[in-house]
Amino acid sequence: MILVFAEQRDGILKKAAKEAVSEGKRLSSKLSVPVAAVVMGKGAAGAVDEVKNFGPDKVFLVESAPLDQYSADGFAEAMANVAKEQGATVILFPATTMGVDVAPRVAAKVKAGLVSDITGLEVADGKLLATKPVYSGKAIATVSFKSDIQMVTLRSNVFPLEENPSSPEVVTVDGSGISPMGIAVSTELKEGGKVELAEAAVVVSGGRGMKGPENFPLIEELAELLGGAVGASRAAVDAGWIDHSHQVGQTGKVVSPTVYIACGISGAIQHIAGMGSSKFIIAINKDEDAPIFNVASLGIVGDLFKVVPALTEELKNLN
Amino acid sequence: MNFLVFVKQVPDTETKIQIAGDGKSIVEEGVNFIVSPYDEIAIEEALLRKEALGGEITVVTMGPNRGEAALRTALAMGCDKAVHLEDDAFLGADSYATAKALAAVVKKYSPDLVFFGKQGVGTDNTQVGQMVAEMAGLGHIGMCVKLEIEGDKVRGEREIEGGRETIEVSLPAVVVAQKGLNEPRYPALRGIMQAKRKPIEKLTVADLGLSADEVGLAGSRTEFASLTLPPAREAGKKLEVEPEVAAKEIVAFLKNEAKAL
Ligand SMILES: Cc1cc2nc3c(=O)[nH]c(=O)nc-3n(C[C@H](O)[C@H](O)[C@H](O)COP(=O)(O)OP(=O)(O)OC[C@H]3O[C@@H](n4cnc5c(N)ncnc54)[C@H](O)[C@@H]3O)c2cc1C
Repeated sequence: MILVFAEQRDGILKKAAKEAVSEGKRLSSKLSVPVAAVVMGKGAAGAVDEVKNFGPDKVFLVESAPLDQYSADGFAEAMANVAKEQGATVILFPATTMGVDVAPRVAAKVKAGLVSDITGLEVADGKLLATKPVYSGKAIATVSFKSDIQMVTLRSNVFPLEENPSSPEVVTVDGSGISPMGIAVSTELKEGGKVELAEAAVVVSGGRGMKGPENFPLIEELAELLGGAVGASRAAVDAGWIDHSHQVGQTGKVVSPTVYIACGISGAIQHIAGMGSSKFIIAINKDEDAPIFNVASLGIVGDLFKVVPALTEELKNLN
Repeated sequence: MNFLVFVKQVPDTETKIQIAGDGKSIVEEGVNFIVSPYDEIAIEEALLRKEALGGEITVVTMGPNRGEAALRTALAMGCDKAVHLEDDAFLGADSYATAKALAAVVKKYSPDLVFFGKQGVGTDNTQVGQMVAEMAGLGHIGMCVKLEIEGDKVRGEREIEGGRETIEVSLPAVVVAQKGLNEPRYPALRGIMQAKRKPIEKLTVADLGLSADEVGLAGSRTEFASLTLPPAREAGKKLEVEPEVAAKEIVAFLKNEAKAL
């Protein structure tokens, strides 16, 4: 069986979880084994209907009191219990902050190999072959498994979401015997409505060329018009112009949107490490020799303080 | 309080990567190895905690002989002693086999608090800290950007999609450091001098009570089948035009090529 950790919070299925279940479904036909989604935590029952849209053969629901608050070890135990009971051979996680936290503990419990943040998955001779960028994207590793159980976490926005409604059996699993060690005692979500950076289809990022925090509203407006999220280079973050949670790159977030718009970013290798797998890259930079142009599908040599407002204007005229 | 910090030596992020003849690894010759940047944050956090609470910090690395340089850096920053897991049997380990060895170190030293960096830059797996926590039977705080110790409890904030959450866990525990937790110090000259006299203990597989097939390549669950250079990203159009024209070009691109409008 293929098991997919279908992350949800308060009954809402994460986009990355939908992608993971979609990929699980595709793998299920390639490997000719059934695929099941596992939803757990507070509100998990509310996510069951949504997860059915992506074609699982079964849904496991773990909604016991010990898992009401997020816990990496508690969630890992619940997931590993299902995996052992079902004899899972493949376990997929989204590479979200939760997936990345929980998956290694599951791997340790079920003695599985785990490959993180993968961008490609193939099947050869009945086993998985996972690909992922390494060394800041300067090389691509293809990783094979020696263990019977094979685990991966999937980079957001890379594996296509595919609706494929099914009517799976929903199995309720008892997790009341779990006693978590690390527990989320509080969760603080910022104002709603903002698009999450790692999941955004469009990311507009500003770098040192933005010159100061007072100019970030320029790219915030552009991002909003495009339904996207705001990113930043480390130079902008280190200067204190924008919070670290927006940093893209080696020591920030890895994003893979359909369109990445880099404004006043030179394109250092450590920045490319975080956005090099974007489908399309648009760069706006006044230095025609900036390395960002080497990876840009469309490069605009010019002053961002002129180009970005003109672009915003043009987009507003469209609507 | 006793602290254990695990560090990994990685190629400098500026390194030009060349694929070795086996098609699975990189050419190490000429590569400048550094302490993984996240591990520096882990070291700094241990130093700050020791300064506040007292105790002793042991820094640990697993790897070939060159790894000693990483330990010297950590000692120069202020760690008290070092342990080097140096044995041919450790070589070629994936995250699982690495965690197996490091968890044995945790069990051997019974620290109160264990620090890891979020990931070794390069292979970027973000796995070992959590796996060690699991194998050693400890709770952990993942990708921690703020830490508080209160009695026998640690509370850590971590960034999640769209916000933050606070994780609480009892000691002993594992903390996985994320950027933002602190600003690592540079070793001072005096520290560098003192580091030369600080002890580095060498441990083999047998010293950890493990067998050779549990660690290194033999104990790994995954393996690089190949390492290739990425397909060169083709640079597309580069335009130097009036802002209004540029704006129109971008909109046309978003519509027709990216299909994002
Ligand atoms: C271990 C390590 C980890 C790192 N991790 C990261 C990371 O995660 N993310 C990251 O981004 N960096 C990271 N860096 C830093 C990286 O090396 C670069 O220093 C950083 O990305 C530079 O940011 P920048 O492009 O905004 O600034 P700069 O390199 O200074 O570039 C600014 C650009 O803006 C352009 N510009 C200026 N004014 C205008 C204008 N009016 N209109 C248009 N263009 C203009 C300039 O031509 C220039 O190209 C890391 C470095 C190290 C050593």
